[in-house]
Amino acid sequence: MAQITLDQLAHSYMPNPRSEADFALKQIDHVWEDGGAYALLGPSGCGKTTLLNIISGLLVPSRGRILFDDQDVTALAPEQRNIAQVFQFPVIYDTMTVAENLAFPLANRKVPKDEIEKRVKDTIAMLDLGDKARRRAKGLTADEKQKISLGRGLVRYDVNAILFDEPLTVIDPHMKWQLRTQLKELHHKFGHTMIYVTHDQTEALTFADKVVVMYEGEVVQIGTPEELFDEPAHTFVGYFIGSPGMNVLPCQVEGDRLRLGAQELVLQRRYPQLEGTVEMGVRPEFVGLSANGDGLPITVSAVEDIGRFKIVRARIEGRNFDAVLPEGTEVPANATAVIDPRRINIYQDSHLVRGEA
Amino acid sequence: MTRLRWLVPTLYILFLMLPIYWLLNMSFKTTNEILGGFSWFPAEFTVDSYIDIFTDPTWYSGYINSIIYVGLNTVISVSFALPAAYAFSRYRFLGDKHLFFWLLTNRMAPPAVFALPFLQLYSSLGLFDTHIAVALAHCLFNIPLAVWILEGFMSGVPKEIDETAYLDGYSFPRFFTKIFMPLIGSGIGVTAFFCFMFSWVEMLLAKSLTSVEAKPIAAVMTRTASTSGYELGLLAAAGVLTIIPGAIVIYFVRNYIAKGFAMGRV
Amino acid sequence: MEKIQNNKAWFMVLPVLLIVALNAVVPLMTVVNYSVQDTFGNNVFFFEGTRWFNEVLASDRFHGALMRQFFFTFTILAIEIPLGVAIALAMPRSGFWASVCLVLMALPLLIPWNVVGAMWNIYALPDIGLLGFGLNWLGIPFDYTQQPVSAWFTVIMMDVWHWTSLVVLLAYAGLQSIDENYYRAAQIDGASRWAVFRYIQLPKMKHVLTIAILLRFMDSFMIYTEPFVLTGGGPGNTTTVLSIDLVKAALGEFNLGIASAMSIIYFLMTLLVCWLFYTITMQGEKQ
Repeated sequence: MAQITLDQLAHSYMPNPRSEADFALKQIDHVWEDGGAYALLGPSGCGKTTLLNIISGLLVPSRGRILFDDQDVTALAPEQRNIAQVFQFPVIYDTMTVAENLAFPLANRKVPKDEIEKRVKDTIAMLDLGDKARRRAKGLTADEKQKISLGRGLVRYDVNAILFDEPLTVIDPHMKWQLRTQLKELHHKFGHTMIYVTHDQTEALTFADKVVVMYEGEVVQIGTPEELFDEPAHTFVGYFIGSPGMNVLPCQVEGDRLRLGAQELVLQRRYPQLEGTVEMGVRPEFVGLSANGDGLPITVSAVEDIGRFKIVRARIEGRNFDAVLPEGTEVPANATAVIDPRRINIYQDSHLVRGEA
Repeated sequence: MTRLRWLVPTLYILFLMLPIYWLLNMSFKTTNEILGGFSWFPAEFTVDSYIDIFTDPTWYSGYINSIIYVGLNTVISVSFALPAAYAFSRYRFLGDKHLFFWLLTNRMAPPAVFALPFLQLYSSLGLFDTHIAVALAHCLFNIPLAVWILEGFMSGVPKEIDETAYLDGYSFPRFFTKIFMPLIGSGIGVTAFFCFMFSWVEMLLAKSLTSVEAKPIAAVMTRTASTSGYELGLLAAAGVLTIIPGAIVIYFVRNYIAKGFAMGRV
Repeated sequence: MEKIQNNKAWFMVLPVLLIVALNAVVPLMTVVNYSVQDTFGNNVFFFEGTRWFNEVLASDRFHGALMRQFFFTFTILAIEIPLGVAIALAMPRSGFWASVCLVLMALPLLIPWNVVGAMWNIYALPDIGLLGFGLNWLGIPFDYTQQPVSAWFTVIMMDVWHWTSLVVLLAYAGLQSIDENYYRAAQIDGASRWAVFRYIQLPKMKHVLTIAILLRFMDSFMIYTEPFVLTGGGPGNTTTVLSIDLVKAALGEFNLGIASAMSIIYFLMTLLVCWLFYTITMQGEKQ
């Protein structure tokens, strides 16, 4: 097990990248702490799989270094880095039994026979595959196959990290939950460093202690699920995390005053003079509706009743604006939106600006 | 070791090209020079052999005859095999598995066994020495092959497509020609390629079923070897010309060849 | 895929059935008919029962041809299958050079069989052919018209030249179907080059290699045109394989009874071997 350091890492698939846009992965400096459970979250094509393959050694980065503890592993091949990786589609060796599949990485590393036997037995018990051990791996279900892929990593007790590349994509919904729970248990029990790539925010938020959000080849925020929810560092994080996503509206800020159309609100913090595009963001959970006209005039276009709460889809000056209301709340006829000023974040050119208290 | 990997295919291709080069080399030599001894290049470069072939109707009609029956066979094989392959890929019916295996056994039938009975059969049908006789005879091995390959491609198309089309009010023939056939377009291409290939290269049946009118190029070449002495230059030029149609066809289907082989299921 | 029970599907198969039956059943009946009769011309036939079969099965000539046939088939299978797989493994996986390889390698497959025979006939001539001249120049006495060993060498080289590409294409198609992640996982599992071949590439190629072996077995068992044009079965009858012997009996000696009985035995043997192979691999597939 190891701490993984990314030192000024960047990657381009082109041989001679010229501009920033040629980089599939823009410069990143980050330390993955030993024993942490991380999720790499972002839409398709944001560079998260590229980053994962650089960590596992399947790709050599165009720039920067990667360190496992204090050892520079940038030039090492995957098998020398001692990591495990689980892919989107389960990779199993069809002609082998479940037990042989699990023994394979150990046999390749010339581990003594009785040691292999012992570890395979432990791993099979750990993954609840006891009754299938002597079966050919070919006929198993997708989730069992994915367990075997994971098992080939777990069977090597000393792996530096276990990497997951959207491992639950082909798993049935009810098995997804079960497998994810099992993963968390294994993490608590053995404390491997785990990095989990996904584009599904629920998966990321339930699995990880810390979520790394990527957007267009850049890491836009690293934080706990709460931090991502309360203080998105980038408007993209606001949109991407939470359902529905954060409301973002253009506005003007002067000191602790926020001007939004004809409305003026008093903020909790004071802001310096802001240049460029200035926007405010607020989560729909912190928007209320009022019938007596004190707030922003909105046009309600739809109300979705999800059971435990209602989502009100509305528009303000041609922009979408959502509100989440508790169950049973009535939507007034000429509703206006009341925003909780403590929950407003201010963005300059899409990046969060923190004011002074 | 990895760095020298390219050597393997390169040496193999060299091994493949040498006999073809030798044929090409011969075809540009005069007969005297050929018989005169070994040489890497033609000393007196000549295209006389090719001129002979293009000006003598018995020669070039051989090519035309071959192309006609090969084309006929390809069309017949593919159009007959399409509905049959669809039936095998979509339905279970009485004796389907036996029928499929029986069809394949015909791919195993040695043409040498059938040459003589074919001659009698097509003579009694009054089709001896016609293009259609050869085209039909080649169906013996090409139709089973076509059904086999097409069935593989069709099984790759989800059945839901058929059902959706019927729900949308398509009749079967319209569905089949407007929706289904475009979907397996590359499969049809690959099948046509294989039918062309096996009909073009087979010479035993083609030779036994013809005498004058539909005589294939192969038979003309045999005549050269026997009657007009040993005209190696002419023979080589004729050989080179039989390689060209195949080469053109391969060029067009290069991206599908490997896939087409893999799709067929034993 | 779940298939629907529908006996009307027979109508879609009917055209194929008729045209293949015309080509297969009628000639086969003719052959069977000849194989149990004898004639002295004038279309007068006598029923001979199994006489021709007994004669064929007891004759040294048939045994000789059969032994030569098996020798030929197993030799070319032993060379072409491993060679084809090795070449497919070494080929570039994609891009311009992969296309170049495919086009050039497929070329021998589209040359008419008698041209293949004629081409090798010229190529191997000891005085003016590159192969024959080259071997003699190296000090290896080579003359396929006189020496049985040279003749066999040439016939086998020709078949390897002609058909190895088929195995290459099939094996290559099998390799193309392997997902990139299999190689990545194997790398992470620390698998050696051999282990990758043994546990990833070979299992994925099993299906196409079955097709390759079947096709090469069937086709080499019925081979006629190429060796006939190359050596005519000679020198003597040293390279006379089954088909050549058969045509000699039927057309050369007009011994229809013998030829037909040989045809049937020959056809049944091919069928039996293919059926066995087919059933065994299908069984393996199901487990």
